[in-house]
Amino acid sequence: MDAVKQYIDLFEQTKETINNHSTDIMNSCREEALHMLKKLGLPSKKQQKYAHTDLEDYFGPDYGLNINRYPIPVNPYEAFKCDVPNLSTALYFLINDQYYNNEPHGTKYPDGTFIGSLKKFAESHPDIAEKYYGRLSSKENDGSVAINTLFAQDGFVVYVPKNVQIDKTVQLINVLGSETDFMINRRILVILEDNASVKLLICDHALNEVNFLATQVSEVFVGEGAMLDYYELEENPANTKRIASTFIDQQKGSNVMASSITLMNGKTRNNTYITFSGPGAESHLSGMAIEDGNQEVDNFTFIDHKSPHCKSNELYKYVLNDNATGSFAGRILVREGAQKTEAYQSNKNICATDTSHMFTRPELEIYADDVKCSHGATVGQLDNQALFYMRTRGLSEDEARMLLMFAFMSDVIDNIRLEPLRDRLRKLVEKRFRGELAKCRGCNECRPEPK
Amino acid sequence: MQNDKSNNIIEEVTGNEYKYGFTTDIDTDIIQTGLNEDVVKLISMKKGEPEWLLDFRLKAFKYWKTLEVPTWAHLTIPEIDFQKISYYAAPKQKKGPESLDDVDPELIKTFNKLGIPLEEQMMLSGMAVDAVMDSVSVKTTFKEKLAELGIIFCSFSEAVKDYPDLVKKYLGSVVTYRDNFYAALNSAVFSDGSFVYIPKGVRCPMELSTYFRINAANTGQFERTLIVADDDAYVSYLEGCTAPMRDENQLHAAIVEIYVHDRAEVKYSTVQNWYPGDKNGKGGIYNFVTKRALCKGDFSKVSWTQVETGSAITWKYPSCVLAGDNSSGEFYSVAVTNNYQQADTGTKMIHLGKNTKSTIVSKGISAGHSQNSYRGMVKVSRKAANARNYTQCDSLLLSSTCGAHTFPLMDIGNKSAVVEHEATTSKINEDQIFYCNQRGISTEDAVALIVNGYAKEVVNKLPMEFAVEAQKLLAISLEGSVG
Repeated sequence: MDAVKQYIDLFEQTKETINNHSTDIMNSCREEALHMLKKLGLPSKKQQKYAHTDLEDYFGPDYGLNINRYPIPVNPYEAFKCDVPNLSTALYFLINDQYYNNEPHGTKYPDGTFIGSLKKFAESHPDIAEKYYGRLSSKENDGSVAINTLFAQDGFVVYVPKNVQIDKTVQLINVLGSETDFMINRRILVILEDNASVKLLICDHALNEVNFLATQVSEVFVGEGAMLDYYELEENPANTKRIASTFIDQQKGSNVMASSITLMNGKTRNNTYITFSGPGAESHLSGMAIEDGNQEVDNFTFIDHKSPHCKSNELYKYVLNDNATGSFAGRILVREGAQKTEAYQSNKNICATDTSHMFTRPELEIYADDVKCSHGATVGQLDNQALFYMRTRGLSEDEARMLLMFAFMSDVIDNIRLEPLRDRLRKLVEKRFRGELAKCRGCNECRPEPK
Repeated sequence: MQNDKSNNIIEEVTGNEYKYGFTTDIDTDIIQTGLNEDVVKLISMKKGEPEWLLDFRLKAFKYWKTLEVPTWAHLTIPEIDFQKISYYAAPKQKKGPESLDDVDPELIKTFNKLGIPLEEQMMLSGMAVDAVMDSVSVKTTFKEKLAELGIIFCSFSEAVKDYPDLVKKYLGSVVTYRDNFYAALNSAVFSDGSFVYIPKGVRCPMELSTYFRINAANTGQFERTLIVADDDAYVSYLEGCTAPMRDENQLHAAIVEIYVHDRAEVKYSTVQNWYPGDKNGKGGIYNFVTKRALCKGDFSKVSWTQVETGSAITWKYPSCVLAGDNSSGEFYSVAVTNNYQQADTGTKMIHLGKNTKSTIVSKGISAGHSQNSYRGMVKVSRKAANARNYTQCDSLLLSSTCGAHTFPLMDIGNKSAVVEHEATTSKINEDQIFYCNQRGISTEDAVALIVNGYAKEVVNKLPMEFAVEAQKLLAISLEGSVG
């Protein structure tokens, strides 16, 4: 409760400054968020949804906020280290929660497309921004989302008009850089009109080893027949905390692939909400987490089958080492009348040490009869026979274990629809299992070509 | 034409939907409604209980007053006024029955109607029965024969009088009065129940059985069952329950505790057929039960089997605490809900010892406007090396207005644990029905056939006599729900 008071006080003191550096559309949502935050506070561990994530621990400490929008002297091209080879992307940056003003060169989008700063978008396309901003996030009564709405001043927007296909992958890098403990509140808005398509890759990198708290709220609207790939890749040092809520609304016949990959992190909470607002939509969710040390990853997904003939498929995999804690909670709701729904969910985990801990809670809630739904969850270890077999073939035990863990993760990687990203992830995952990624910082291998 | 025919069948079946809905005209000793410390004392006094038991009740009551009604289950429970319930109702008797002749003939008639063969039939079926009506145990059969082997099987109040040390030692050792709201309530006001003690090395030669019956109106039934299996003992225990058809809801909040020592095994089977309310969801029993087994000894084993067809609302999670090394727990369940019934049922498997194993097979069938949830937890503690769990929960949906839900939780703290969970939800395969139709089997019969096949895995775990009853119950509960 104290944590919440701290934010309410801060907001009330700095309201004007926040508003001055933002836009009317974002400002208009703040009062409602404040009201909600005062009423609800932060969700506590007593609530089932947050049983394994202690938000007091996230929001309790004292962080600095860049409310006055002082420019941050970071050259993202310098700082950004992990490129995806063979994948030419249109590159964008959010430095902390500020949009880095640099259009990717050589990229020309069809007319009407807008990719860039949320603040600018709200000024140039006020009608569209108003129609979509804060619409999905305000429905979820979650204090952490309300805090983001209170303090978010800018963000990133992808707007693709009707029948426009963007071929080049859009890549957004969230760079966290600060000398002192710091809080970042960023906002992402993705609007795909009917039959549009785009692929979006979002990467998280922290430059300093101070305590970061990053809140992220993404609102994603996928129009009729539209197609979206939405990949999130987190590689942060161990004292970064991240809480991300993604709200996806799918219209008739749309198709979404959403993937959240946690390779390196401190504490992470990802909430993914998908609502099928029109029939015949399809979505694939996948996620993986590789953890060691005292890392924590908590993925929560909620799929709301409101309309008939929709299909959802979820696959989440975790490998836990050392004292790591992993949680997965997946809820599938099939509403009355959502006949011919197909919903599948699978969560598989490996606890590699006695001190690692896994919680899994797959839930099905079904109010229609003509459906096919299933969920499966397992927690186990590597197959001893397979290990033995590899040992007899002359592989060292470490190598054999690594190979098996890599094989375990490969079906999550195979789900990814971008081939170069798949290749890249295979390499990253392998490196991660070898414990090399921590050393990768600043190495030459991943450095992009000088631009 | 075909519609007409199926309607006829529906009417026929719904006509005999609840055959146990009669009341028996027996003098009943009911205390006034309401709950306060005096009522707790009065119950204790009426039963002539020793001081320590009264203390236990009062402590539980004091704790209960601090609690709030739990709301976490996926159930819509109308507010229960705990002051409007009578907490003690007993068939009036001048003194305890010496033989069957002394038992009120009306009472015997009641149990005959229920098909409980209290008399000679007992010999044939070879089953020892303890019948509990309105919370008071009325007759226990086969007592002498069991006593020869040293087995104690008697009503709870007798046990308190005759074996106070045993009761004192084990009462509340598995389900403490602080466990939950209804457990605290039961601990404060429980009136009777069954007590079973199987001594070391004894294999109980017959199935022990309890029938519960709520008869009086506006009463709650709060019974307690305590089963203790000493080293190397074995017992199979059956429980059945019925209640009259009444418009108002009645509360049943029971506790079952099972304490299992080294290498002992307990099999507990339930066919729960409390009155489920009428077609419009009026009346019916609220069945809020706490059941738990503690596998204290090494190599001990507990198996829960339940067929849940009755009750307006069921809230029940028979659990196993696997504390002994190499102990194992099993849970097999079929839960059927029809009309406006609600069920939130499942199990908890808590692995504490090494090499512990648990199996969960849960089959939910929902029809009409009912809601049927499976809620389960598998917990593997840090020290529980080599724990193994297999969970399967399937749901079958028979109408477009019903709901089937699963809420499992796995909490794994040991690397050597292997835990699997699988769940599926679907409706009856139309191809299968079509195939049956083609062979001249009507849709209703086909559904019964398919459902029976679906539930077979669980029903097979029941003792013979119960399996037959369970199969019939499944058919009665479901027929008329196709369409």
